[in-house]
Amino acid sequence: MSFINYSSREINCKLVYYGPGLGGKTTNLQYIFEKTNPQARGKMISLATETERTLFFDFLPLSLGTIRGFRVRFHLYTVPGQVFYDASRKLILKGADGVVFVADSQEERVEANIESIENMVVHLKEHGYDPDKIPMVIQYNKRDLPNASPMEELRKLLNPKGLIDFEAIATKGDGVFDTLKSVAKLVLQELKSGK
Amino acid sequence: MGPPGLVMYEDEFNQISVVLEKLVKDSNSRMVFLVDKNGQLIAAAGETENLDTTSLASLTAGNIAATGGLAKLLGEKEFSILFHEGERDNLHINLIGQRVILVVIFDDRSTLGLVRLRVKKCSEELGHIFDRLMKKAETEAAVGTASPFAEITDDDIENLFRE
Repeated sequence: MSFINYSSREINCKLVYYGPGLGGKTTNLQYIFEKTNPQARGKMISLATETERTLFFDFLPLSLGTIRGFRVRFHLYTVPGQVFYDASRKLILKGADGVVFVADSQEERVEANIESIENMVVHLKEHGYDPDKIPMVIQYNKRDLPNASPMEELRKLLNPKGLIDFEAIATKGDGVFDTLKSVAKLVLQELKSGK
Repeated sequence: MGPPGLVMYEDEFNQISVVLEKLVKDSNSRMVFLVDKNGQLIAAAGETENLDTTSLASLTAGNIAATGGLAKLLGEKEFSILFHEGERDNLHINLIGQRVILVVIFDDRSTLGLVRLRVKKCSEELGHIFDRLMKKAETEAAVGTASPFAEITDDDIENLFRE
């Protein structure tokens, strides 16, 4: 849910990275954190277990610049991907202006990807969103792995509606910023259209 | 798309700032924050210079969200007040309406009782301001007042991402 502050001339939006466990959501944010000018970002917060599995959320605030005199800031969140953290995922998704679905390209994670997308749709509807209208892009991560499913197969299963999508190798940063820029643009265009 | 966003106008922001400054003084607290339930910082007062207020806002909202989840599990509507006691500083968090979170950070210059007393009055004032704010935003939307996004062009958006 965007926050427009006329007093401080700021526009704040929330982006949520969703997807199955160990798919690369946190890695996306870590890469963005490492490669973004410190002036343009805040501290990254990670609420995680001792084994570095996301427990509640990761958070990274970014400043993208100004547009018509308004500073544009995006708050990036990841949800915990492990199945039993469902209640937490629902909480973090609330108020999202845009979503990045990070799919794990590995063949053996196909079911997990599908379950995660279905789970996301359920939560979006429960929050009053139309899942077909919320700005969303899909990222197929781990394209470098030998057991990565072919893109056509992944698109057919995970992106039947033809949303903007990107191939990625988040550990190396490939596709990470393209994904972010794309979803941020979609969010701003949506806000511009005033829907 | 989803629920409409929060809009803050200059007049209401100034009114909120006055209320928060007064709360800092009246409660002898170190600092006071107002945070949107989605984790955006709305306003702050007091000794905020050395604090990462962005992280504080996000974590507070997460805290309230998690506690709200617990409340529902227990059949409660919500736990509207949270108190965290530290060695030096203490944190008093309460929900105002269904939309904003008031965070008071105080040390041994104040007491929990005093903070709760002052917060109660302040919450009522802030509640009224936010009611007016919601009505104003609805009126502006109904009248068709252009949002800052209305003038934004596709080129403006593209330029934001140009390296």
